[in-house]
Amino acid sequence: MTATVKTSYGVAIRDGFAHLLAKHPKAFVMGQGLWSPWYVGNSMTNLEIEFGKERVIDVPVSEVATTGAGIGAALSGYRPIVVHPRVDFMMLAVDQIVTQAAKWRSMFGGDMSVPLVIRGIINRGGEQGAQHSQSLQSWFAHIPGLHVLMPATPRDARDMLIAATLCDDPVLYMDDRWCYELEEELPPAEDVSINDIAPLRRRTGKDITLVGCGYTTKLNLEAAELLAAQGIEADVIDLRLLNPLKPALVHESAAKTGRMLVVDGDWRSCGLAAEIIAGVAERPELRAVVHCARITHPDAPAPTSKPLEQAFYFTAADIVREARTLCGR
Amino acid sequence: MNQSLTSLADAKAHHEPIAFGHADPVPFVQALHSMVRIRRAEECIAENVATGVIKCPCHLAIGQEAAAVGVAMHLRSTDRAFGAHRSHAHFLAMGGSLDGLFAEVLGRDTGVSRGMGGSMHLAAKEVGFYGSVPIVGASIPIAVGAGLAAQMDKKGDVGVSFFGDGAAEEGSFHESMNLASVMNLPVLFVCENNMFASHLHISLRQPKNVVARYAVAHAMAHATVDGNDIVAVWSALKDAAAAWRAGTGGPFFLEAVTYRWLGHVGHRDDQDVGVARKDDLSDWKGRDPVRRLAESLATVGALSPKELAAMESAISDEVATAWAKALTQPFPDPSALLSRVWAK
Repeated sequence: MTATVKTSYGVAIRDGFAHLLAKHPKAFVMGQGLWSPWYVGNSMTNLEIEFGKERVIDVPVSEVATTGAGIGAALSGYRPIVVHPRVDFMMLAVDQIVTQAAKWRSMFGGDMSVPLVIRGIINRGGEQGAQHSQSLQSWFAHIPGLHVLMPATPRDARDMLIAATLCDDPVLYMDDRWCYELEEELPPAEDVSINDIAPLRRRTGKDITLVGCGYTTKLNLEAAELLAAQGIEADVIDLRLLNPLKPALVHESAAKTGRMLVVDGDWRSCGLAAEIIAGVAERPELRAVVHCARITHPDAPAPTSKPLEQAFYFTAADIVREARTLCGR
Repeated sequence: MNQSLTSLADAKAHHEPIAFGHADPVPFVQALHSMVRIRRAEECIAENVATGVIKCPCHLAIGQEAAAVGVAMHLRSTDRAFGAHRSHAHFLAMGGSLDGLFAEVLGRDTGVSRGMGGSMHLAAKEVGFYGSVPIVGASIPIAVGAGLAAQMDKKGDVGVSFFGDGAAEEGSFHESMNLASVMNLPVLFVCENNMFASHLHISLRQPKNVVARYAVAHAMAHATVDGNDIVAVWSALKDAAAAWRAGTGGPFFLEAVTYRWLGHVGHRDDQDVGVARKDDLSDWKGRDPVRRLAESLATVGALSPKELAAMESAISDEVATAWAKALTQPFPDPSALLSRVWAK
């Protein structure tokens, strides 16, 4: 027997790239800092050596041109992955993502495919402040025509990148540097269809539903263990695909537990947590029997100073506290 | 380089017929047909905008036909071209369907974008026209991506971007020029400099009126020509096109100086978005790219006045028939709103 080999989230992303570049000749990657561990951590190490700098392209400081070029290459039969090492800088390319890539299929009658992946890396904390900390998944999940994926585990980090790249529509894939050290034993990589990606129950419990995505799924699982020690069993639902939302599992879980706490690592106003709660509120069979609450970042730009950061970013302990309140404990 | 357009910006200059030089006049008979067809089609659209039959915003290129057709003479269906808000001419010049254009501006299901796009969103991938969008400068980087794909494909194709002088004020323009230049991508940048962005003259928007100065800044081969002289437009691209087909071509910037006869949007020729226009339009009409080419073809004996009349009559009939047909086309079913958002 060989020893169990675990793969980290960061390396799993690299495994996804390697699978795509090895098996799919039309796949290629471009973005700023791809040849540097500073920008993309261990998620792309030596890909340019293994697959060539023509397919793993480090680019000028031009978010608009790079993203637009991804659309043009996608329209030309390629499967580009455009990497933005920080969501904050990706904002410069919002026209290309929201007003171009996401619109072209519908706007041109339904048959214009833009099989483009935009990888936006969420990279925050460490006193990086207001312009190095945004995730903005709710913004992007608002946009018809743009899939939004947020992997919470190494397996999803790898497989969702593959699914995104094989999807015939534009996909925003958002990985989170706060998940990079998570480890998991992985089966060999295979092609995955985005149609098979839906919310997953990561833990089963009868007392309360915890809903999250990406990093907040990690926190919810930690909180669930703490709650279990206090006699509260949490059902943990990982949304995974934020657009188009598939809320059935959330609703099934909420109907079962009667309590739903939505945890989202973004702002509160008009955010993902509100959307999930609204989905419960507008269903007659749920609205009278499910008590809802949410945990989000406070509606302020991310700070730098350490005590302010501690106030801004919630922890598993905060989730435990809110969950207990919701359970009347 | 010369930082001024000099006589190219003078409404009273360049009214003379076109000189063919070493160019064979014969292919320009077909080019004239294409230009007249574009003009008649756009006149038809203008009439129907005026009467309110067409509701969607239509930005017409009457007076600018030579740039579209002169460029299209070099293109093939495996190239990938992208347009902007004023792209009926590009679409038709590359061979897009007239029936499909008319149905599209009427929002019909048989339109080229199945009634989902209107005038500003045209595409005909089968002839190499991959899409036009009205966000200024937005399709320029997309054309660069088509050039990147062409470089990877190694089949001698080119990515093409049509835009106006206003797009040179957008960041996307400069990022795209830089990226195409540093990667030596086969991309043709076509700037139709009509000296206006909406109602605002270039003298109020840029310190110099030659947009090709940015090609110099981005170390790119370039030419600035009389955009109402189709032979000048065609000739400027001959060498670049040969290089693309040989698989050795990089980016090229073509500035075609021209003038639009109608306002920024809609059918009126006396105002731009509610702002009264200068009264030199009649001088600019003296630089009519259609009349100048027709006269030149007559002079060299390539097209007699009788043949020209027959050509114009046939085109008028074609346009009238196409318009009548478009009016009978069905609208999209309401289910199209949601069924066309995602891949099937």
